[in-house]
Amino acid sequence: MGEKAEPRVILEARIIKAGTAEGEALVSPEPIGFLGGVDGETGIVTEKGHPLERQCVAGKILVFPTGKGSTVGSYVLYQLAINAIAPAAIINTDSEPIVAVGAIISDIPMVDQIPIGHIHTGDWVRVEGAQVWIWSDKP
Amino acid sequence: MYLSSTEQAWLDGEGGPALKRAMEIIVALGNIYHAERLIPIKSVQISGVSYRNLGAAGLDFLRRWAAEGAQVRVPTTLNPTAMDMTDWAAQNFSPDFAQKQQAVVDAFAQMGVGAGAPIPTCAPYLIGNRPEPGDHIAWAESSAISFANSVLGAWTNREGGPGAIAAALTGRTAAYGLHLAANRRATLYVEVSAQPRTIADYSALGAWVGKRAGKHVPYFAGLALERDEALWQDKLKALGAAMAATGAVALYHVEGVTPEALAGPVLAPNPSHLVVDNFTPGYTMLSDDVEAIDLIWVGCPHASLAEIERVAGVLKGKHVQIPLWVTCARPLKEAAIAQSFASVIEAAGGHIFADACMAIAPLRKLGFEAVATPSAKGAFYLRNLAGVAARFGSLAQCVEAALTGRWPEGG
Repeated sequence: MGEKAEPRVILEARIIKAGTAEGEALVSPEPIGFLGGVDGETGIVTEKGHPLERQCVAGKILVFPTGKGSTVGSYVLYQLAINAIAPAAIINTDSEPIVAVGAIISDIPMVDQIPIGHIHTGDWVRVEGAQVWIWSDKP
Repeated sequence: MYLSSTEQAWLDGEGGPALKRAMEIIVALGNIYHAERLIPIKSVQISGVSYRNLGAAGLDFLRRWAAEGAQVRVPTTLNPTAMDMTDWAAQNFSPDFAQKQQAVVDAFAQMGVGAGAPIPTCAPYLIGNRPEPGDHIAWAESSAISFANSVLGAWTNREGGPGAIAAALTGRTAAYGLHLAANRRATLYVEVSAQPRTIADYSALGAWVGKRAGKHVPYFAGLALERDEALWQDKLKALGAAMAATGAVALYHVEGVTPEALAGPVLAPNPSHLVVDNFTPGYTMLSDDVEAIDLIWVGCPHASLAEIERVAGVLKGKHVQIPLWVTCARPLKEAAIAQSFASVIEAAGGHIFADACMAIAPLRKLGFEAVATPSAKGAFYLRNLAGVAARFGSLAQCVEAALTGRWPEGG
């Protein structure tokens, strides 16, 4: 186990659900609504015309501006968690109650209030408390 | 956000995992809405009770929270279930669904909701959860929020399901939104020149205004309504429920009637203006063009005893050809039985179901495709949530449809 390469960027975020997670970033430029937007049994984004349509959120550091849609969406995140196909962590620009509550009840680390334009799909991201570490490749 | 030493200790897990999770939710909501602190609350109304909406994941989560030792700290009441908890077979629910719906209620009972014996209703203010003016509360259920804020003068935001549970477990909510006096002033001046008469008329008025009001706080001027007239609270219950369905109105004021309008000036500077000279569009905007009706639903929000008495009055001596269901809280069904309104409704072929809400029931699975109701909120959610066609009209029109199975001509 050698030392990790220096991250490209380190950002300081606000903690919504404290925790530590690491994984490949999946970035959506548009909000995500979990009820009717993500299949709780497969983790696949099903919303027609969504930038992430047909992609799977399982194990990803899921990055998107904010949540949208029905409040029952919190329970879709929980369903993903009990099926072991939840995102590893969630990063928002501005969080809203549906996704925030969903992350808390599902034990998914979540932060917000950072410029998500610094993160690209395929980046390797580590969320640790309020810190977000970003590498261009898995270090 | 400032937290007291007790609140910080709970957040750090010193009160156990159930309380920690509740504090995490309350603090996250406080941060999202830039609250400076938490405030104690007097009561909670919890939404998200129908098994149709919660599903297996929602039930699993509620059971886990209850098993972690979740216990409410303030009086807490529960929203309706999808079915009558004892008479579900008469509504055509399957035993499997009934068992899962019962498990949801059991999880809430285990948390101490309803002092361990929850009475599912969306109108908890009719069965004793009736806050005083100025009380801070944390309620979910949009129609109950509107009634508590506007008619009772209590202070609540629009809580969601888990947020309301978290408030009940901590006895606190974050101080933002409608918990701050400055946000309770009216930002939309509604001038009413056509007078609604029946409860359904108030519902139609609310549907039309709600669509235009969005998140505004409306102030109704010129409404011919008095605090001492019969059914005044039932009319405002319908008005508020409709505005919370077609819009996101959590609070409104009525000149000379609601407590905060009576207490002093409530208009914000430079409010928007809206004139209502005809509330008929409120009826048509929520009606599908269907003639054949297979269910009549009265009791959205859950019927008061006075409303049940009116249904009995209209049905007396008649006989319906299709199911006519009245939904209400169980104690009001018992009162309706004691006062013989129930026997009149049943003699006409109708039925009173306690606990239930048809908008969150699997109506198509129960065999219904087109439902008529004198409630704008009911019609809105029948179409958008239950996925059936709806007709919204007066109680008289609904009863006429019940006698023939067809929506009346010109209705």
